[in-house]
Amino acid sequence: MLLRHTPKEITERSALTINPAKTCQPIGAMYAALGIHGCLPHSHGSQGCCAYHRSALTRHYKEPVMAATSSFTEGSSVFGGQANLVQAIDNIFTIYEPEVIAVHTTCLSETIGDDIPQITRKAEADGKIPEGKYVIHVNTPSYVGTHVTGFANMTKAMVDYFAKSTGQKIDQINIIPGYVEPSDMEEIKRIAEMMGVRVVMFPDTSKVLNRPQTGKYEMFPEGGVTVEALKTTGDSLATIGLGRLASGPAAQALDTKCNVPCEILDLPIGFKATDRFVDTLRKTLGITVPDSLNNERGQLLDIVTDMHQYFYGKKVALAGDPDHLIALTEFLVSIDMWPIHIVTGTSGKKFEPRIREITKDSPYPINVKAPGDMFLLHQWIKNEPVDLLMGNTYMKYIARDEDVPLIRMGFPILDRIGHSYFPIVGYRGGMRLLEKILDAILDRQDRDAPEESFELVM
Amino acid sequence: MKALNENIPIETEQIDPQEVKQELLKKYPTKVARKRAKQIIVNKVAGEQEMQEIGANTRTIPGIITQRGCTYAGCKGVIMGPTRDIVNITHGPIGCGFYSWLTRRNQTRPDGPEDDNFMTYCFSTDMKEENIVFGGEKKLRAAVQEAYDLFKPKAISIFSTCPVGLIGDDVHSVAREMKEQLGINVFGFSCEGYKGVSQSAGHHIANNGIFKNVVGLNDNVKEGKYKINLLGEYNIGGDAFEIDRILSDCEITVVSTFSGNSTYDQFANAHTADLNTIMCHRSINYVAEMMETKFGIPWIKINFIGASASAKTLRKIANYFENEELKQRVEEVIAREMPEVIKVRDEVRARCEGKVAMLFVGGSRAHHYQELFKEIGMKTISAGYEFAHRDDYEGRTVLPSIKVDADSRNIEELEIHPDPERFRPRKTDEQLKKLQDEGFRFKDYDGMMREMSDRSLVIDDISQYESEQLIEIYKPAIFCAGIKEKYAIQKKGIPMKQLHSYDSGGPYAGFRGAINFYREIDRMVNSQVWKHIKAPWQESPELAAKYACD
Repeated sequence: MLLRHTPKEITERSALTINPAKTCQPIGAMYAALGIHGCLPHSHGSQGCCAYHRSALTRHYKEPVMAATSSFTEGSSVFGGQANLVQAIDNIFTIYEPEVIAVHTTCLSETIGDDIPQITRKAEADGKIPEGKYVIHVNTPSYVGTHVTGFANMTKAMVDYFAKSTGQKIDQINIIPGYVEPSDMEEIKRIAEMMGVRVVMFPDTSKVLNRPQTGKYEMFPEGGVTVEALKTTGDSLATIGLGRLASGPAAQALDTKCNVPCEILDLPIGFKATDRFVDTLRKTLGITVPDSLNNERGQLLDIVTDMHQYFYGKKVALAGDPDHLIALTEFLVSIDMWPIHIVTGTSGKKFEPRIREITKDSPYPINVKAPGDMFLLHQWIKNEPVDLLMGNTYMKYIARDEDVPLIRMGFPILDRIGHSYFPIVGYRGGMRLLEKILDAILDRQDRDAPEESFELVM
Repeated sequence: MKALNENIPIETEQIDPQEVKQELLKKYPTKVARKRAKQIIVNKVAGEQEMQEIGANTRTIPGIITQRGCTYAGCKGVIMGPTRDIVNITHGPIGCGFYSWLTRRNQTRPDGPEDDNFMTYCFSTDMKEENIVFGGEKKLRAAVQEAYDLFKPKAISIFSTCPVGLIGDDVHSVAREMKEQLGINVFGFSCEGYKGVSQSAGHHIANNGIFKNVVGLNDNVKEGKYKINLLGEYNIGGDAFEIDRILSDCEITVVSTFSGNSTYDQFANAHTADLNTIMCHRSINYVAEMMETKFGIPWIKINFIGASASAKTLRKIANYFENEELKQRVEEVIAREMPEVIKVRDEVRARCEGKVAMLFVGGSRAHHYQELFKEIGMKTISAGYEFAHRDDYEGRTVLPSIKVDADSRNIEELEIHPDPERFRPRKTDEQLKKLQDEGFRFKDYDGMMREMSDRSLVIDDISQYESEQLIEIYKPAIFCAGIKEKYAIQKKGIPMKQLHSYDSGGPYAGFRGAINFYREIDRMVNSQVWKHIKAPWQESPELAAKYACD
């Protein structure tokens, strides 16, 4: 057994986190910053932070992930990181020539209290920021929040730094896609396009972290929201923020700063949440939902009704980020599956009540904890076994020990491909999720069936 | 066998490395160019002249996009990561513990299903804002207690992350207190990420900690005639398993490995070995030095990367023990292993001969892996380390001339004296002299530069920009580095082999490892997959006139 020390008996822990279902703020900020066109993320702290974040993102996407670091030494930790950051800004603009440097802080620079705007002003005064280029920043202390908070904060920084209201509305809406994969961002844009909506999506990591093999490497590929587009977000008709935790702060900031009304929705995972997204687009812009989209919805529902007997009553354990878990739980419940153990490392007051509400008709008691860890999740599973696990790659250890199939979802996925190319949002993303669920459940049934009841037609 | 130089493609020979160096520096701001110029050396090996000095183990230039990681990574990830039965608690916000959780492919094999293995777990105090403001010692103490209550491990260790040092949490006093209270060994590491200039500082802090807190605690003497420690071998992809297989076939007993597939008891027992053998000079040579002073164990540099290097290493160990039976046994093992190695090597060599490799990795691998490439006729035209020191480039002879700077002074130098009970010289002065007269070399490491060819480029702490330029200029058949570099290189259509984690491969050490590596490189440099990048219409974009007319 790979997790041989995990006891079935659950004891209260107040200080020790074991097998976390989260990581720290800066990596979320780095990921979001990669969704700005021509942007080099910069980590203001020890170089290990940057190395770790780049490694984790690279393993997850199997794509180049470029970012720079202030490379603090003990000296900078005592005297402050100003000299390091000013030098880094100079070097980055001289050597790599990005349009934007997006600085995020770390627990180190936050603890010593470096003032990034002040340092940036110093760099500007020293002539280290070329004309027409930008240095933006966000505070992302690792001891506050999680990777989701970091994503939300960097996304909000895009509004703080760039959004402007000219008083002249533009016929477009802003979509903040949430902390989702490049494939999901692409799919959200595709749905909006099908409905004839002009969209500014930010951040947008599609065509950045799912690039084709072309024989050429471009540090700043064609994807990402441009600074020009970000500037126009203040003139958009409305903002739709998908995922309350990841997208809420930026959506609200646009409302406050530029009076762009916002609607904060769940991530469009499953047909109900996708319906709400599509319906919000329809109502906001007064448009009709095209048949092509109705068709996709119908296909998704067709799988649900055709294969309902395999979904019905299956118990599931989930780990991931709150925005994902809420929508996913709703999707599973809507096809008569029962998520019974749900854990996220990200805290939030609204999470547990929302999950309780979605699962209120469950025939089983529901274990839900925010923040909790995967050690606890494993203990719950030992006490009340499940048919399926959904979560990141670290759950493969539980899957193996408990002999339960795992569907990889969330961050990080270190051992499979697909997430950067094929979405889980929208109706088609829902179809992909159902295909994965059925493959897992039916493969297991095929493996375990006695010879006489081994089924050809399923 | 043709001389290697003849095998370099003409184009590569015609490139002037001095010009390349200038090209690499051209775009840098003046101060950066000046610093990098010291870290980029055009190798000269003619005659007996002095080695050129390379800038190494110096501060990373902010913003340059470095390969390097931090002290915590070197301590917790590299050195302590591969030990399975110590509960390693990261004291800090969640990220550091999370990122160092199972990501290095160091394999471990507990003896039985009941034996401790905590490597699949991540333990963290997950510090929050209030811990930063009011101090985290209380939470740390509680975390150690909870870990003990749940797992009853042999030992618990604590790793400090950046904010811990700044807020002044004393992890060592918490460790002492909990050690007393729990009756098991508990020790801490001040391995805050900002200490030192790279992972190397973390290796040092980890090794010092193990030496101080664990080595020498268990005097049980293991059975075996020829007892060695294997230092600086981390069992990535199962390397240590292959080395153990070969050594045990030679009837050489490995008392402890630092730290691949290791256990707490092995460390505690390490002082009972009769020879220290060093694989990765960078990460651990000082432990060998300290063990010699304290326990009287001599050390030698060895290398199990490369089939001929492995054979040479076995012979060297046998020579040390001065035993004819062992020497014969070693020859038998080499004779048994080599035919298959040679068969695969020659087959692969026919397809790889003359191709060009670049290696930018680690503190010894950029050197060791040149052996394997050489065996299949491939030439390393440029190489460098991520976190090595000058002695790893220029050889140990430069040690006295290395200046200790402010960053190195942060790392504790232990004052070591012979252990009153455990010091035992393994050889008499006469025996040592006799061995040395016969050409046997103790504490020998000549470094990477002496073994690289003339005009090759040696680059310390290579930047992303320099990597890209080098590839454009030399178009190597393969580039070796780490995960962060991998996909930018491959997007350029050049296969990239990870030599930290081996991608999904290994073992590459020893004889079977050599075979694995030959086959892996053959797969990578000769694969058809790189030839499909252009679609037919991109290869010949002109339209055929007759269809257009039809």
